[in-house]
Amino acid sequence: MDLQIALLLGQDGITNGAIYALLSLALVLVFAVTRVIFIPQGEFVAFGALTLASFQVGKTPGTLWLLIGAGLLVALIDMTIALRSGTARKIPRIVGWNLVYPAAAAAAVFLLKPSEFPLLAQIVLSLALVVPLGPMLYRLAFQPLAEASVLVLLIVSVAVHLALVGLGLLFFGAEGSRTPAFSNASFDWGVVTITGQTLWVVGASLLLIVVLAVFFERTIYGKALRATAMNRTGARLMGISTLMAGKLSFLLAALIGAFSGVLIAPITTVYYDTGFLIGLKGFVGAIVGGLASYPIAAAGALLVGLLESFSSFWASAFKEVIVFTLIIPVLVWRSLTTHHVEEDE
Amino acid sequence: MKLTKLAVAVAAACATFAAYADITVGVTLSATGPAASLGIPEKNTIALLPTSIGGQKMNYIVLDDASDTTTAVKNVRKMISENKVDVIVGSTITPNSLAMIDVVAEAETPMISMAASARIVDPANPKTKWVFKTPQNDQQMAIAIAAHMAGKGVKTVAFIGFNDAYGEGWYQEFIKYADTYKLKLVANERYSRADTSVTGQVLKIMSTKPDAVLIAGSGTPAALPQVTLKERGYTGKYYQTHGIANNDFLRVGGKNVEGTFLPAGPILVAAQLPDSNPIKKTSLTYIAKYEAAHGKGSISTFGGHAWDAGLLLQNAVPAALKKAQPGSKEFRAALRDALEATKNLVGVHGVFNMSPNDHLGFDQRARVMVRIEKGAWKLDQ
Repeated sequence: MDLQIALLLGQDGITNGAIYALLSLALVLVFAVTRVIFIPQGEFVAFGALTLASFQVGKTPGTLWLLIGAGLLVALIDMTIALRSGTARKIPRIVGWNLVYPAAAAAAVFLLKPSEFPLLAQIVLSLALVVPLGPMLYRLAFQPLAEASVLVLLIVSVAVHLALVGLGLLFFGAEGSRTPAFSNASFDWGVVTITGQTLWVVGASLLLIVVLAVFFERTIYGKALRATAMNRTGARLMGISTLMAGKLSFLLAALIGAFSGVLIAPITTVYYDTGFLIGLKGFVGAIVGGLASYPIAAAGALLVGLLESFSSFWASAFKEVIVFTLIIPVLVWRSLTTHHVEEDE
Repeated sequence: MKLTKLAVAVAAACATFAAYADITVGVTLSATGPAASLGIPEKNTIALLPTSIGGQKMNYIVLDDASDTTTAVKNVRKMISENKVDVIVGSTITPNSLAMIDVVAEAETPMISMAASARIVDPANPKTKWVFKTPQNDQQMAIAIAAHMAGKGVKTVAFIGFNDAYGEGWYQEFIKYADTYKLKLVANERYSRADTSVTGQVLKIMSTKPDAVLIAGSGTPAALPQVTLKERGYTGKYYQTHGIANNDFLRVGGKNVEGTFLPAGPILVAAQLPDSNPIKKTSLTYIAKYEAAHGKGSISTFGGHAWDAGLLLQNAVPAALKKAQPGSKEFRAALRDALEATKNLVGVHGVFNMSPNDHLGFDQRARVMVRIEKGAWKLDQ
């Protein structure tokens, strides 16, 4: 191994690590706010990428039907509850978000021809289809169980993951897709060539992380999320709706997931089930951060990316083994250094 | 379309209880899970098979095993004990097919596998006596690649394959014949189907400067190493296996896979075969049927293995009907004997000549070398 190879591997590791870092942040966020270990995180990666790819070949993405279907279910449930409890004034809002919005999205897909849009508009439309699925999923699968134990939430999370993978196969078929690169530029920097797409991925990930940091530090909604993460009951006593916090955290998780999908689709072929493994590697990063610390989770995810890249050079057959074995020493170290507090059931 | 298929399946399921004299075919294939891109065209093909053979009504019971070994075995047990099937067709992949052998041998029911490995029917023993298969052995394909490489003056080869049974099986077959053709293997790398990057493996391969790279993967995931090699500026020859022979690979690979060589069943380039080749006519008939039902360009070579299983049955059932009534133990044994006696049957992937020691029965006509040119498959003379 010479310097050039090491630098190339490093570049590759950082590119993948940046994606894992984004996902690990989403996982930490969702866990901290709702105590859900969000296994379907990876599905949003695949849905985001494949929706974009569908637009580019002029097909109607199946996620549109999922959005309409999920919206319909949420509207039915919420309207029944609103009518029964006599809070009919909530209905316009429910109809707006769950029926009118998906209808508007469908109109945009069918009336305007998304396959002729510039790339940026296609990306925005893909995100507009996939991201609202996050809060709808929370409403349907997790909100009724918001007070259940972590284990119950985990089991539901696995079920949601399996359902979404099945839907993905139905929508997008078994074969994968790639999308064109954001930029074909490449820069020679000493002995290494850096591709434009790598800069896009790293740049966009950094930007998103900064935006998230500002969101959490400076805005009222960000502060509400942090408060809920620290102490649910306390936040509630202060008038913060844990319901809103849950939906908001799922919205952010879906946004991060779908955006990561859009970023990696030009680098690699994305399949309906690609998301799971990517999400799992983000999860290793999140575990390094103890599912609590954002900076350590991001650093852990970056480490996973680099480890993966270098181990694929030295021992490609054992790459996955090496990456997932990382979790054992980390768990040992964490359980030795932290004082475990029993969760009150 | 979906609804009619469902209706057919339900009708088939009901009919099995209604009429015992009908011939019942139990199909288990991998229409979901990792092998879905192989299983789906097979499933579509089963729906196109004839509804009666030799004057007898055919009932097809199609179950999905989700590419999972346990489910495949469960499906077979269920179809044998509850539906009293006369023959089993499936499964799509090797591990499932291997696990099913014990079950069909115990129930003395013939089975036609659509998976590639030679181990499914080799060696001949009291158990594999009941098992037949339609896809070419990896071995035949590996010899074709090694011979083609030698013909092109290749001396050193790097191998990169899936880190599963497919990649490992190909590696084992290929090294067996590499020596015969004086090829030196300089790198042996693995990657997984879901990997997002193979930069590490590709850099390692390029540091050994091979004349050719053999990529052993199936479907669109096999495009990733080749695209990465192209991006890193590798200029040698690219070889792929017949696992990539569907149009999605061309779509995903784009201009990065131009000039790739691969061995494949003749159906892939059916229209380019000389008219003297009997396979041309059978293949074109099947392609026309499949594309009429599923749209132009939807054809995949994997569906051809299911079609060949159908052809084997159409050839063997009339002979078996002369000896016994469907639904009986005697009929299953007669069907097995008739399958083993298949001679000069032209399929879409080759010509079947079965014998007690060869339950595949393909010869050199079952494979051609193909080159990817201008985004299409081209017969390499």
